Amino acid sequence: MLKKRIIPIQLLNNGRLVKSIDFGNFRDVGDPVKSSSVYNSQYADELMLLNVSREKRSIADLLQIIVKISEVSFMPLAIGGGISSPDDAALLIRNGADKIVVNSVAYRDLNVITETSNRFGAQAVIVGIDVRWDADLDDYRLYSRCGSAAENVGLEQHIARVVAAGAGEIMVQSIDRDGSMQGFDLDAISRAMTASPTPVIGAGGSGNYESLKDAFITTGVSALACGSLFNFSDSNPLRAKAYLSNHGLNFKKV
Amino acid sequence: MERVGILRMPLGNLQSVWNALHVSGFDPEYVDEQSDFDHLTHLIIPGVGHFKAVMDHLVSKGLPDKITRFAQSGRPTLGICVGMQLLGKSSNEGGVNSAGLGLVDAVVTRLPDDGQVLPHVGWSTVDLKRDHPVTQGLKQGRDYYFVHSYGMKAGSEDIVIGTTTYGSDFVSIVGKGNVVGFQFHPEKSQSNGLHLITNFALWDGQC
Repeated sequence: MLKKRIIPIQLLNNGRLVKSIDFGNFRDVGDPVKSSSVYNSQYADELMLLNVSREKRSIADLLQIIVKISEVSFMPLAIGGGISSPDDAALLIRNGADKIVVNSVAYRDLNVITETSNRFGAQAVIVGIDVRWDADLDDYRLYSRCGSAAENVGLEQHIARVVAAGAGEIMVQSIDRDGSMQGFDLDAISRAMTASPTPVIGAGGSGNYESLKDAFITTGVSALACGSLFNFSDSNPLRAKAYLSNHGLNFKKV
Repeated sequence: MERVGILRMPLGNLQSVWNALHVSGFDPEYVDEQSDFDHLTHLIIPGVGHFKAVMDHLVSKGLPDKITRFAQSGRPTLGICVGMQLLGKSSNEGGVNSAGLGLVDAVVTRLPDDGQVLPHVGWSTVDLKRDHPVTQGLKQGRDYYFVHSYGMKAGSEDIVIGTTTYGSDFVSIVGKGNVVGFQFHPEKSQSNGLHLITNFALWDGQC
């Protein structure tokens, strides 16, 4: 049986790690290579590194940093932010990424997903979907370009498209909850899980171990990604898993 | 001193295997069809991709003979993921029956997909079935990182070092004499994975 996963999310801005609130308001939280080494010794299940730099929408910074991270981190590594072509994806995978995360490009050009999936397997492609609750629409609105551009497609419809194109995992991230530490958007996670035949990663809002427990148990989601929880508090993946294991959740044994 | 060779493959991330050896205190090198294998003490065959495509690549480079001669010399030989599957006699990946290197008595077949999502991706448990120098010091029932849709079935029980269940049981660690294979990725399995890599690189090939 597959184990539940806890995935620290690391946001990269001009070579430094940052943490956002509501997708903005960056605070410097350190050096990405050092923190990756620490997460490795704390037995995180996977690492995710996303470039959120608004100025540099290319993979150059990511390429530089993954080579260094893969020297200190011996777990699956997912990389994204600014990937716009199958060649970008292939280059990142050849240089140490196990999975790539695409977001904005998935609204315009599904070929990046299809080609990468055919070349390296569906497990190598995570599609990130950023959602914000829209009261007028009475539904979630999807956003691309780091939360700045509204898209005109529904959550379920977008998931169906990207899965058909070859996505192996869906990460649904709540912009409203980002950096709030108030808990995950359980409704968004549940809807993504109903729509997606492939595994879902929930993101946005991790605040304490209780919020992880709620999300894992209420939705049955296979993985949760956490930023603020590990960036700012005295918590880490080891302690999170010790707590969650005592509530009947199944994690990898080391 | 150990001279560990990593066979260059057409696809995937070889650097992680190199890094895993390097961080464990070894000085690995990449080898290909041009390389002299005589100076190597250990050989690692990593592998990602389609069984037949990888085997066709090896054949086109004249590598199966080279690998087989290395293994027959008694020096420790390790296959990882598709590299492990290649050690077997055959695979039916993609519905075609393709021959492997035939170094272990095993065949590779598709995992059952009734109720299980394929590929099998993530952390799953390895049940150690018998002692082996390469698994020495590892605890029973630990989890390792897998990415695959096909699994190995052994022709005889004595080569089954570890098994994993995903839909059905498959061989996750195979061992025959100086030849050993891991279906999971030790280079992505944190401290237990590095432990296996270290054990392999220090192994003399004797059981």
